[in-house]
Amino acid sequence: MAFKIIVSQCTQCGACEFECPSDAISFKGEGYVVDSKKCTECKGEFDTQQCASVCPMPKTCVPA
Amino acid sequence: MSEPEIKVGTSSSASFHRAPMAPAMPGGRASSSYGLSVTDDIDARIWERIKDHPCFSEQAHHYFARMHVAVAPACNIQCNYCNRKYDCTNESRPGVASVKLTPDQAVRKVLAVASKVPELSVVGVAGPGDACYDWRKTVATFEGVAREIPDIRLCISTNGLALPDHVDELADMNVDHVTITINMVDPEVGAKIYPWILHGHRRYTGIEGARILHERQMLGLEMLTKRGILTKINSVMIPGVNDTHLVEVNRWIRDRGAFMHNVVPLISKPSHGTYYGLTGQRCPEPFELKALQDCLDGNVKLMRHCQQCRADAIGLLGDDREREFALDQISTRVKFDTRKREAYRKLVQHERGDQLAAKLDANKAVRSLGSSGTLAVAVATKGGGRINEHFGQARELQVYAVSRKGINLVGHRKVEQYCLGGLGEKATLDHTIVALDGIDILLSSKIGDCPKKRLAETGVRASDAFSYSYIETAIGALYAAEFGGKPAMPTALGPSN
Ligand code: SF4
Ligand code: SF4
Ligand code: SF4
Ligand code: SF4
Repeated sequence: MAFKIIVSQCTQCGACEFECPSDAISFKGEGYVVDSKKCTECKGEFDTQQCASVCPMPKTCVPA
Repeated sequence: MSEPEIKVGTSSSASFHRAPMAPAMPGGRASSSYGLSVTDDIDARIWERIKDHPCFSEQAHHYFARMHVAVAPACNIQCNYCNRKYDCTNESRPGVASVKLTPDQAVRKVLAVASKVPELSVVGVAGPGDACYDWRKTVATFEGVAREIPDIRLCISTNGLALPDHVDELADMNVDHVTITINMVDPEVGAKIYPWILHGHRRYTGIEGARILHERQMLGLEMLTKRGILTKINSVMIPGVNDTHLVEVNRWIRDRGAFMHNVVPLISKPSHGTYYGLTGQRCPEPFELKALQDCLDGNVKLMRHCQQCRADAIGLLGDDREREFALDQISTRVKFDTRKREAYRKLVQHERGDQLAAKLDANKAVRSLGSSGTLAVAVATKGGGRINEHFGQARELQVYAVSRKGINLVGHRKVEQYCLGGLGEKATLDHTIVALDGIDILLSSKIGDCPKKRLAETGVRASDAFSYSYIETAIGALYAAEFGGKPAMPTALGPSN
């Protein structure tokens, strides 16, 4: 269970990296990626997935 | 060893080796009359704090430059006029930055710029996201810059949502100038501008989101005022959405101690990909902006010289040098050369005294005529308070209004550079003529006979007779010639021109 980032829509604002409670998002090569091993879908921490809720682009941080 | 060569604008008399001047102010009370003359009724202590800040002081923008470092790309709200995804280097609007910098890169870039641009006095974080939300990067940048150049002023621009969390730290870091963008005080209006906000790890939409934003903005402003930090409020004028409402906004921010209000027109094109761009929201016309500014004037100090800079702008306002400082051209080891900087500061101190004295004199003379006549004068200038730019090279003209109230800067108008290549000159001039609507006189350091004639046909009298004079001195002389019965300088706008 993890989220992923649709790279083509990402503005590379970095807000998701900043908000992710699991330290699962980082900048790799061309863009931001979610480490599926670390992503917890924010369970136990927040009601909503933080990456999806800060992302300025609709439908860019989505379930993998 | 020779002194570094430093000039203010391109003024001929402003060479570095100049004789010491007589005291600028009659009566020797220089500092307090500085305050009064430049900013009407702002006291001398405040003048000390704004005199090197090109945005907070209109007079300072002739001498000093600011630099925005694009270190804060993340944002906690969405504005309908913003899209940080697209950047075109020709675009000048907030939110746009070609390259995002890490705090380390930003510090290096600041040092490179400060070595080459002695006018640099302010380093600001203005996005492309929000400086208070992307806080760790803002702090790391400020700490680095303050360590390397202790006399530089630090400045941030924020949407205000996360501001209350950081006011104490801002005060500790000596950030003395904060800009908050406030577009509404009524959440119903806000809901039309902000589709959502992110607060306390939750997203809020519509009126609920706008209400939280509004409360946080007011709280942040009050906290800054309490600590004596100077605040500038930017408001984006969006026709049909908040244009009339901004009068109310102006009242709220005045009551909460804002220092300055800067109403900027919405910039919105479909190609920017913003919500407003795509829905065809129109931008205000210059006359609408001016009418609003005029009706706000007198409450809080109004800013009339804002350029709506890019989030990575560098240089004097109106003369962006961002492209000279691409990061890949900046070596990893920047040697910071302070000589130019110090020399420039000394020169400005002198030159500025002269300009102020000239401005005071001219204003006094104009007022003493007590004439009911008015003039609108457009000026081509590169800074230093002088008429020192060629008409054909000007990218913008400053507009002054003269009346019995004195000589006042009321705005600026963008024009295309007439001299760029032979082709299309006529079209460019046509465009400029439209931009000069309502102007009586155009002053520049040089203007060709042909454009001068064309302008005369449309009722704009153009002259280069006041080349390199101080702006106010020239305008005062023209006004006197027109309404005071006394002749101006002999070469001025005679009929043979
Ligand atoms: S869903 Fe939560 S844990 Fe997973 S990447 Fe997004 S913010 Fe991080
Ligand atoms: S928040 Fe969205 S746009 Fe910003 S970096 Fe993450 S995925 Fe990209
Ligand atoms: S606060 Fe600034 S960066 Fe954030 S969406 Fe609004 S304009 Fe864009
Ligand atoms: S956007 Fe306006 S206030 Fe900001 S640096 Fe440019 S001129 Fe100054």
